[in-house]
Formats: sequence, C-alpha cells, structure tokens
Amino acid sequence: MIMGLPRPSFRGSTTVKLLLFLWLGVSVPSASFGASSLLHKAAPEFVRTDLNQRRLDLRAYRGKIVLLNFWASWCAPCQLEMPRFVTWQNTYASRGLQIIGISMDDDSDSALSLFKKLKLNYPVAMGDERLGRLYGGVMGLPITFLIDSRGNVQAQYQGETDLNLIEEQFKPLLRP
Amino acid sequence: MKTSLTWLSGTIAAALVFVLLSPYPQMRAQFGGVAVPPGSTLTIPQAQLLMPEALRHSILTASTEKPLILQVGSHMMYAEGHIPGSEYVGQGSQPAGLQQLQDRVNSLPRKKPIVLYCGCCPWNRCPNLGPAFAKLHDMGFTNVKVLYLADNFGTDWANKGYPVEQGR
Repeated sequence: MIMGLPRPSFRGSTTVKLLLFLWLGVSVPSASFGASSLLHKAAPEFVRTDLNQRRLDLRAYRGKIVLLNFWASWCAPCQLEMPRFVTWQNTYASRGLQIIGISMDDDSDSALSLFKKLKLNYPVAMGDERLGRLYGGVMGLPITFLIDSRGNVQAQYQGETDLNLIEEQFKPLLRP
Repeated sequence: MKTSLTWLSGTIAAALVFVLLSPYPQMRAQFGGVAVPPGSTLTIPQAQLLMPEALRHSILTASTEKPLILQVGSHMMYAEGHIPGSEYVGQGSQPAGLQQLQDRVNSLPRKKPIVLYCGCCPWNRCPNLGPAFAKLHDMGFTNVKVLYLADNFGTDWANKGYPVEQGR
C-alpha cells in the first residue's frame, strides 16, 4: 500500500478500460514458452555445412547454452535482432553461450550476403523444409530456440520478441 | 443535454482509442496519421483483407467458387506447409517474383477471385504482399483479397488446425 499518493479519477472510464483490456488481450507481443511441442524435449539433432564450409553438428555443442535462430535475409525483424546476437556471442561466449543461425533463404547467396554485411560471429548454415519440420514447423520468422547444456529446449521465441527478455532467460543458465 | 454531451464525447474518445490501439495496422495507419512506407502491407486497403477463418470456410465449403490462392513469400516455407490448392508464384519483394506472378495471372479474366498470402513474418513487416497486391491492381484485377495473418502462417493458420499440405 502506497501512502500519500492521490487516487486517480477517471469519470466515464469504464468503456476505455474495457477497450484497452480487449486490445491487450488481442495483441500481446508473442514470447511463447509453452506453445512449442519441443518444449522440454531434446532439440532435434542435425549436421550441416555452414557458410564457411565447416561442419556444423548441433550435438557438438552439448555442454553449452545454445540459441538456435532461424532467420532469412528478407525478414526485417530478423535483421533487427541479429546485431544483438553478435553482441551476446562476444559477451557471453566465455560463459558457455553459443549462437547458431539457420537461414531459411531459398538461396545461399542472399544468406551469405547478409552474413557478411552483419559480420555474424557465429556459425550459420542453410536450412530447408525438412529441418523446419524437425523443429515443429518453421512457418514464420524469426524463431529462436533456447537449448540448455543437456540439449533440451527450454524456451521458444516466435516473432519479434523483447531481446532483454531472452537475455534474462539465458543468463542464469550460463557458467558464472 | 449535459448528459448527452458527456456520453457523446466519451463515445468519440473510446472510438479514437480503439482505432489508435487497434490490432489492425491498416486502421491505425489510415486514421492515426502513421506514415505508410511504399510496398508495405499498410498500402493494402482494409476492405481487401480476408480473415483466416473466412478463407478456411471458403475452401472447406464445396458449394462456393474457389478463389485462386497464391503464396508470394518464401518457397521453402511454402514447401514446409501451405494452404491446400494454393500455388507458389515467387517472392513478391523480388522483381523475379513479381514477374512470375504476372506470368501466372496474365491470361486470367480480370474479375477472377484471387487470394494472396504470405505469412513469412509479422503482418506489418511483410515485404512481399504489398508489391504483389500492387502488381495485380496495376494489371487490372478487381477481385483480389489478401489473407490477413497477423503474426505468421504457423501461428495464424497451421497451429489453429486449419488445413495444410506439404511439398513444393
């Protein structure tokens, strides 16, 4: 209970409050943690060749905290969040964070162009419909999976998500 | 009189709040003074938007004339899952994609019912639907609707249990 502050008075505000309530119920930003069928299950394994022609095996990152990010070069929200991923990779790599990108572009030239433009400092491989289906159906971008050190999916972030929220969620999982 | 004015002003205020905070970006853009970038989905008139439930009903109802449904986003995501009977006609944000769209519809009567959709990313971020809709408008098509998927195809169609088929 806060003492001394005046109680706000909004005469005739019932309609406004109802409309605000309805709006919030319809358009809450998506940061779903329970919608995915992969939640708390083992992240599907895959082996790809990344854009630097190196072998990319998800299993090799056991013991690390992985952010597996599906994106595409034409996806504006994807481009907005990837610079933050670069920062995280620099900041938290020593504490066990590993970011992995999967491009859902139809051609690798577009993916490689953006990879270079944004100076991504983590491995990126090309995805396909098979990998998308393995991950529950990548039918909208961006989508990012938080995978713990045992290889289990702890969270899924669909669409434009508050990046501070993601950071708050993975930091406690990292080494001190 | 005073009561009527109070009621009227309250109703107008509520309507403004509803419009400005509306989940439909078209409404906010038209009435909220938001600058509309060219090629944005906000350039598509609200009257041309088609809600997912309405399209689902249309494709599941045997008696209605089926529109030509065209996906103008990612071919990879189309292959993962698309609306049954829809065709992939190239990415609307790319010149090659618009050419592919033009080639597909060029021989069709201009009154042909057509539904465009994408679902690649959140509606107000989609780079594909605005240019594709504009192309069909410029070609003289008068019966074009655009499927309104607020978040993406997965959230607003597939995950709702609406019909989906796979393949290229």
